[in-house]
Amino acid sequence: MGFEVRKQGEVTVIDVEGQLIVGNRQELKQKVLDELEGGARKFMIDFSNTGYIDSSGLGVLVSLSKKIREQAGELRLANLNEDLRTLFELTKLDTLFHIADNRDEALSSF
Amino acid sequence: MQSSEFSLSLSTDVRAIEAAVETVVDRSLAAGFDDDDRLRLNLRVSLSEALANAMLNGNRTDPEKTVRVDARLGPGRIVIRVTDEGGGFDPDDLPDPTLPEYRSHGRGRGIFLIRHLMDAVEFNDRGNSITMVLERGDPETETGRGRT
Repeated sequence: MGFEVRKQGEVTVIDVEGQLIVGNRQELKQKVLDELEGGARKFMIDFSNTGYIDSSGLGVLVSLSKKIREQAGELRLANLNEDLRTLFELTKLDTLFHIADNRDEALSSF
Repeated sequence: MQSSEFSLSLSTDVRAIEAAVETVVDRSLAAGFDDDDRLRLNLRVSLSEALANAMLNGNRTDPEKTVRVDARLGPGRIVIRVTDEGGGFDPDDLPDPTLPEYRSHGRGRGIFLIRHLMDAVEFNDRGNSITMVLERGDPETETGRGRT
């Protein structure tokens, strides 16, 4: 379980491995804020290998989205499985995020 | 494969949540509740929420306090009660996090998710104990993953 951060061109890609929950949300937040501090402005979070997200995990995504926008940056979410889409739809957070079906679609949408 | 009842006592440490959730999922499978979709999404997310709420808001992260999980598991139905040592809260006094004015808030979705992912949810009068019921879905009609 963890987060892998790498660069794909000028996009900072973060893979969420395992769960994004109350126990590890701060780790994701800090990694993204560090990149933002370092000048990154285009972010994609990839959920290909994510099990489930709890409300704390959803909350940290909302918070990061705001912080990235405040710095004139952009955030894309990609590869949400059916479970994760259900959570975003239930909470209506699908209206708040740019959600791409896959990585290529996310990368080409910046 | 048989119905079972068991209890867990967890210290107030959010790092313990994931293992506790997996224990309940494994025991549910062993009890014959073989609805993978509902175990994977509805149970995991709801139990995680209830435990996080108990530890953070109920016990206020006090490591001296514990969270108790009582589970009654069977092939058709799972009943789980999560109790903390806090003073409780009023579950009817929570804003709807899907309203536009609350949608961009970072918090306030936990109880909402539980209510939409479980088939029945009750709180005790004090508000420090939540009981959640999950029924096995009907494979013929594919009963809801999440109720809207």
